[in-house]
Amino acid sequence: MTKSEGELTWRGLEIGSIITEPGNASQYQTGGWRTQRPIHDTSRCIKCGLCAIFCPEGCIEPNAEGYFEPNLFYCKGCGICARECWTQAITMVEEEE
Amino acid sequence: MRAQRVGIEVSRAIAIAAKLANVDVVSAYPITPQTHIVEDIAELVANGELDAAYIPVESEHSAMSACLGASAVGARTFTATAGQGLELMHEVLYVASSMRLPVVMAVANRALSAPLSIWGDHSDVMAARDTGWIQIFAANGQETFDSVLCAFRIAEDQRVLLPAMVNLDGFHLTHMIEPIYIPEQSEVDKFLPPYQYPLPLDPDKPITMGAFASPYIYTETKKAQQVNLTAAKEVILQCWREFGDLFGRYYSPVEGYHCEKTKVLLLVMGSFSETAMSAIDTLRGEGKEVGLIKLRLWRPFPFDEIRRAVRDAEVLIVLDRALSFGGPGGPVCSEIRSALYNEDKKPKVIGFVGGLGGRDISPGGFKEIINRGIEISQTGSEQEFEMFGVRE
Amino acid sequence: MEKYAVFVPKLVTKRENFAPGHRACLGCGEALAVRLACKALGQNVIIVSATGCMEVISTPLPYTSWRVAWIHTLFENTGAVASGIEAGLKVMTRKGERPAKEINVVVMAGDGGTSDIGLQALSGALERGHDFLYICLDNEAYMNTGIQRSSATPYGASTTTAPAGKISIGQVTWKKNVPAIVAAHDVPYVATACPSYPFDLMAKVARGAAIHGPAYVHILSVCPTGWRSAPDLTIRIGRLAVETGMFPLYEVEDGKYKLSIDLPRLRPVQDYLKLQGRFRHLSEETIEEIQNRVNKEYARLKEKVA
Repeated sequence: MTKSEGELTWRGLEIGSIITEPGNASQYQTGGWRTQRPIHDTSRCIKCGLCAIFCPEGCIEPNAEGYFEPNLFYCKGCGICARECWTQAITMVEEEE
Repeated sequence: MRAQRVGIEVSRAIAIAAKLANVDVVSAYPITPQTHIVEDIAELVANGELDAAYIPVESEHSAMSACLGASAVGARTFTATAGQGLELMHEVLYVASSMRLPVVMAVANRALSAPLSIWGDHSDVMAARDTGWIQIFAANGQETFDSVLCAFRIAEDQRVLLPAMVNLDGFHLTHMIEPIYIPEQSEVDKFLPPYQYPLPLDPDKPITMGAFASPYIYTETKKAQQVNLTAAKEVILQCWREFGDLFGRYYSPVEGYHCEKTKVLLLVMGSFSETAMSAIDTLRGEGKEVGLIKLRLWRPFPFDEIRRAVRDAEVLIVLDRALSFGGPGGPVCSEIRSALYNEDKKPKVIGFVGGLGGRDISPGGFKEIINRGIEISQTGSEQEFEMFGVRE
Repeated sequence: MEKYAVFVPKLVTKRENFAPGHRACLGCGEALAVRLACKALGQNVIIVSATGCMEVISTPLPYTSWRVAWIHTLFENTGAVASGIEAGLKVMTRKGERPAKEINVVVMAGDGGTSDIGLQALSGALERGHDFLYICLDNEAYMNTGIQRSSATPYGASTTTAPAGKISIGQVTWKKNVPAIVAAHDVPYVATACPSYPFDLMAKVARGAAIHGPAYVHILSVCPTGWRSAPDLTIRIGRLAVETGMFPLYEVEDGKYKLSIDLPRLRPVQDYLKLQGRFRHLSEETIEEIQNRVNKEYARLKEKVA
């Protein structure tokens, strides 16, 4: 677990403040941002993968059966996937409290 | 093998130092009076005498930026500039030091516009005081050549990894033909190991260089930088010791000339040191108890050495070759005063600013400065400092 | 319903070298452009980034979204830094100081860092013929600092430093044609792309990286925050930019122009403008002015292709 910016001491910094853990931003939960979430209807999903291509977060992945579903840890609820889905298999619903 | 002693223009000697150091990338933009340095390097590359990439960039800002890139992938990098060029690359200087990239640069110190002046003084580099670079001032051709070789060794040391600047007076040094000992390649190879950056940009080991820092963490990055630059002094001393053992010329951060137990001292940086030495000799011949301090290491500032050198003095006259308008006058004088402030026993520090825009000061002029300085120490002065040689 | 054989998953790598967890706005077209470009570039790359949205959202110390080698220094010098990296790698290989493996050097800079403050360094790098790919991520303003105008801001758009007001329509100058400027340097490859056409974008980035010599890809990045558009319409707006002729997709290979999509007729620009709040103040006259200009520019582009 990367130390947060408020915990790092000057001795804990790498030379030149270089970050040596590639992609460690994946620890950051952007899913907390959203006000609406995508619901995938697998009966309409044709497994084309366009939602995965168009997601700016890159957080839509095929599950074991090949149906695409969002990773809610990252999903910001932008709605692009719902808008672009050819078969309208995705709908956006209000995020509950 | 004995080194060759040749009569050579100091600019060319710098180019040869870069060649002996086997630099990989030279990225530079021409500006008087540094032009001979980069022209000579370009010639060495064109003739196959130096195997390096010479990037003829389109500005000094790009020159230093290209150096950053080259250094970040592990290439030994060198550049040179002067005056306006140093100012144009100003923001990049901070990045080189804070990203810990050991670029080596020769600065042909030149006055700043306006009005345009191509001639030598220290204004350009004084603006770069806070940039976090290691900064060394050379007083003659041999020192310049040696300092460039040492700069690579110091900057690239794994305990340092900071960029280093060798300052030489524009025209007064760059365009002078001086007798300089040039060592053999094999001797230099013994002194200078190959450059190895610990975390270079490499697809096999991906790193992120240059992330941004929020207020929560910026302070810690600067503390790290400060600690490292200060600690570099030990490495600099060690390097100069080893250089002396190999080549017979020993350098120190502060060099005294007739300083021991001397009451009146003059302090200068750069090529004025040599002229001042003549004045010191003349005055001592007349029975005056005066001595000279040559300040060679500017950053990291040699606090201990300065305090020790002036321990016995009653008057310390500092001649600056740059002027901080509306302030205490000379930057060097201000820093010396600040370094001595807490000492129980310290000399009176008298500040002069002279030699601006390439104006020469003769040995006679230095005599005048010293005598005036002694006068001020006795009578006091209304001004914070005096500008020498102004036609009223 | 018949299930189609999967096609996207077969054509595109799953690996995300631009990791999620980055701080881009909802529906950010630029983040998508970067993500797709990374898929096309693979692991063997050094990315040189300018200060801007992408740098800031991807590397808040101590986190990084980058799973490839990445460097950011300043705003206006990516052309120069990339030159230094490229030259450094080349000479170190020649001198035997590193293994002889070619690495793609790729710049990612915004429209501000390319068309304004970074133009000099870009021009210098192109003229010197360094082997690198320059990707301009064009969201048509200085978005990261708060939507200020750049020379890439389109005519009539409202930005914070060229706002629409009682006596102004906002941007009073036309978008600077940077691909044309780059093409004037006689470089091997120049292209325009848009994430709404993801496979075209990825192919162009891959092509640019493979070219020996300077290559340039200009990517339109829809910005819902700055363009005042709905976040879910990012792909649609990008598509409309191409279909109305406001952002034609083309390539210039060794001076020869080639359209990526040859549209039989263009949609009216109004279809594109009406989805964006930054144009909502435009009068019918101004929209007509824009339409005429687009028609003219598109005709000129078609002439270059012929």
